[in-house]
Amino acid sequence: MSGSRRRKYRDDDEDMDTSHRSSKRRRPDNAQIEERLESLITRVGEKSTSSLESNLEGLSGVLEADLPNYKGKIIKILCDCAVALPEKITVYTTLVGLLNAKNFGFGDDFIIVLSKSMREFMKANEWSKARFVVRFFADLVNCHVIDVASLLSLYENFVAVSEEPDIPQVRSDWFIYSVLSSLPWVGCSLDEKKGEELTKLMKSIEDYLGKRKKDHVPFLRVWHGENPHEQQDYLENLWQQIAKLRRDEWVEKIIMRPYMAFHSILSESSVHSLPPFTPPPHNLELNYPIPKVVFRMFDPTDAPDGPPMPGPLSIERYLVEDQISSLISTYFRDRKDCAAQLLNYHAKKQIPLNYVIVEVMFGQLFNLPQSPQIHVFYMALFLELCKLQPGSLPQVLAQASEMLYERLEHMNLHSSDRFVNWFAHHLSNFQFRWSWEEWTDCLNVDVDLPKPKFVIEVLAKCLRLSYHQRIVESVPETFAPLVPNPPEPIYKYGEEGAESLPGYAIAQTLCDLIKKKGSIEVVLEVLKDAPNPKDVDGMEDETSFNALKIDVFVQVLLYLGSKSFSHSFGALAKFLPVLKELAVNEESQIYILRVIKDLWRNHSQRIAVLVDKLLRVRVISCPAVANWLFSSFMSSSFTRMFVWEILHSTINTMNKHVKGCETELEEARQSAKRPDDVDMESDEEDRYDITKAASESKIEQLQEKLEGAQSEEKKLFLIIFQRFVMVLGEHMVSCENKGEEFRTPWFIHAIQRLQQIFLVHYHQVVKYTTTLENLVFTSDTDPTILEVFTAFRSLHS
Amino acid sequence: MALKSDRMTELSAYRDQHFGGSMDNQERKLKEASTLYIGNLSFFTTEEQIYEVFSKCGSIKRVVMGLDKIKRTPCGFCFVEYYDREEAANCMRYVSGTRLDDRIIRTDWDVGFKEGRQYGRGKSGGQVRDEYRTDYDGGRGGYGKAALKQLSAGKEKPRYQQWVS
Repeated sequence: MSGSRRRKYRDDDEDMDTSHRSSKRRRPDNAQIEERLESLITRVGEKSTSSLESNLEGLSGVLEADLPNYKGKIIKILCDCAVALPEKITVYTTLVGLLNAKNFGFGDDFIIVLSKSMREFMKANEWSKARFVVRFFADLVNCHVIDVASLLSLYENFVAVSEEPDIPQVRSDWFIYSVLSSLPWVGCSLDEKKGEELTKLMKSIEDYLGKRKKDHVPFLRVWHGENPHEQQDYLENLWQQIAKLRRDEWVEKIIMRPYMAFHSILSESSVHSLPPFTPPPHNLELNYPIPKVVFRMFDPTDAPDGPPMPGPLSIERYLVEDQISSLISTYFRDRKDCAAQLLNYHAKKQIPLNYVIVEVMFGQLFNLPQSPQIHVFYMALFLELCKLQPGSLPQVLAQASEMLYERLEHMNLHSSDRFVNWFAHHLSNFQFRWSWEEWTDCLNVDVDLPKPKFVIEVLAKCLRLSYHQRIVESVPETFAPLVPNPPEPIYKYGEEGAESLPGYAIAQTLCDLIKKKGSIEVVLEVLKDAPNPKDVDGMEDETSFNALKIDVFVQVLLYLGSKSFSHSFGALAKFLPVLKELAVNEESQIYILRVIKDLWRNHSQRIAVLVDKLLRVRVISCPAVANWLFSSFMSSSFTRMFVWEILHSTINTMNKHVKGCETELEEARQSAKRPDDVDMESDEEDRYDITKAASESKIEQLQEKLEGAQSEEKKLFLIIFQRFVMVLGEHMVSCENKGEEFRTPWFIHAIQRLQQIFLVHYHQVVKYTTTLENLVFTSDTDPTILEVFTAFRSLHS
Repeated sequence: MALKSDRMTELSAYRDQHFGGSMDNQERKLKEASTLYIGNLSFFTTEEQIYEVFSKCGSIKRVVMGLDKIKRTPCGFCFVEYYDREEAANCMRYVSGTRLDDRIIRTDWDVGFKEGRQYGRGKSGGQVRDEYRTDYDGGRGGYGKAALKQLSAGKEKPRYQQWVS
């Protein structure tokens, strides 16, 4: 292995005699030089004592000298920078321009490599990288590397995609978007030299936008209803901004244009033609980005002094948003660096920077279906920004929180859940200080309305991050009705008057027994004596299991293990066999869950971790959890956030299980294909056969296990959607009978929870689209409910 | 190409002296670990709070609270084990250095919990750092043991009183 690698290395080394310069000695030198080149190139454009222009000039001189020996490496580094550091695109285009001016062949080689990598990015579904390449090419026109006609034909080929028959809209969307999103860089030269063609191109884009479907828009909106910030489809908004930019003769103040300083050098160099590029044809392997809607929360008047926020139709709004987003995706792993980079944004003097950052970050956090980064990243980045700008950022963030609160009524529930989590987390980092007095309008109104709901959930989350007394002291006394109860267990058999309960005596015995570390057998023996009451309230089928047994055992066990999570888990682990025996069927599992809720009704976090634990040890099944959450026992909590967190986490657990089974099966198949670890001597053949048979039966077993898991997952989704349709339908019918409007706060909440399932578990649900269409969301379904399903389908069409 | 810094997830200089293996082996294990040591907690911070904060980064496999060797009460640290290393890495990136119970908590890679490690290693039962601490820290049992010793000896009293206010 190592021998062949060394040989290959020597082959690369031309035909030079290497006898006295062994590869061993040359390699580190090479590596050192390459490392130095990499560091020089990646760092250009960062904060420096000298001007960007002089740095670029110096660097191009250094690189020119290295070109004869390291051309390939230099091209590779520049191509990487082009897509990995998109905020510095114009720095690198200028550098490429300067090198091209010094060395004509370089420009040609560079664009060939970059063009190839654009194709590779598309094939690998790395669409944002491909988009940055298009922008890079556009700016290379300004730097006299690419001739304007060949860029135009690239654009024409991209726009032609919209004419392709039988393709998903998301495909043509991406190609159109790439053209539009690079036009601010090159529009001016294009208009100057190819004005007529540009007009034609823009006409085709306009036509495309005119016939484009927009069913996804209501589904992805953070704001619905009447709101000062209409959330436009992303392409539509960008189109309007570009059209306006053209009318304004392409004048904007955001893009850094370092090539202007080198006009005299660059205009001397010769330009190249982009190699002809036809987009890779559509196939099922290509997953295009799903559409977006634009999130805005600030108006030009919201920033009190300094430069105003660019208006919604100004291209500058798009450019700063796009560049701030790029900075976030470049630096998200290092929140300190990320905060510093954002605050050092090159065009910070032209815009109200804090407002832009806050708006972009909330836009990402609230983005539907998913945020680009995990939520805790945004929480941490906000903290970091507050630390770096203590005099100004906290105020902007507070102002934003006020605005979000005021608009809760129009906010998508899924986004407002994220708002709850962020707000509670943020408060916990600032001693829970907040001007609650400003929010007294959430008191004395229907608690199902968005504002009181928000405050209830925030305080519940604050409680989890802190302790009860602290929360009580953090809010004005008038907020008491919204403050959660102390998170203590309510042990049924310890309450006053419990003596009259049918299970009281057994509970007492069991309690003593467990405290004295009684064995599983003894516990089971005691439980055997529990009578099977025929009339446990509300049970659908009392013959399938003994409800009293479950009630007594689960109450006693969890009460004794109530001191901490560890105590609860310890108790469950110790008596797992008893639990498994009690949880014989779905009804009994649902009953176990019901008892847990009863005991821990004031501690939603405990309920959630217990459910998670019981799922993992397979005492209860995922479908049982779903049926429990939709059951009548849970109806009083139906609109509480924790219920939905449990459901989402249950779906995730199910999905992880399916994926685990897939991996297991795949691994077994792979190892069966490799018989080389078995000794193939002739007298060992029998053993080989045995091993082979064993591995075949193992594969069969795993296959069955996977099919079982898949059908359980399908069942889970069917239960969830069927019960949603039922519960929403029942509400509508009962309102109709009473002659009342069905869109109550409860209904608006509940239907958004349905939408949330589609949004959060988009990739899993997509697999069942047809099944759902045939079984659940049929033509008989009420149009209001069906609308949610239709919008979901439009996301991938 | 190392364009994007991920320095928050790099190993710190701290090495557990009780590891009982070679340095190389320890480092290799730290680089594969999905367990974190969490420090500078208040003695009053509960397991529930730990779950709430740390599950923001991923699913928690288990939490082991650090206990005073003698009193068996929380003594300001814990271990959090995730199912995946990437989840633990997110915790290094986004939770380390933020506040819980008003204290800036620190996270560090750990090779994985072993029985016995949940106890403080200080002479008095708690963590070693609380032995030598000379300031007053209400969240960690008041004065450090060293300060208490000096206080009870009646020396330098004025200096500490000044710190209390």
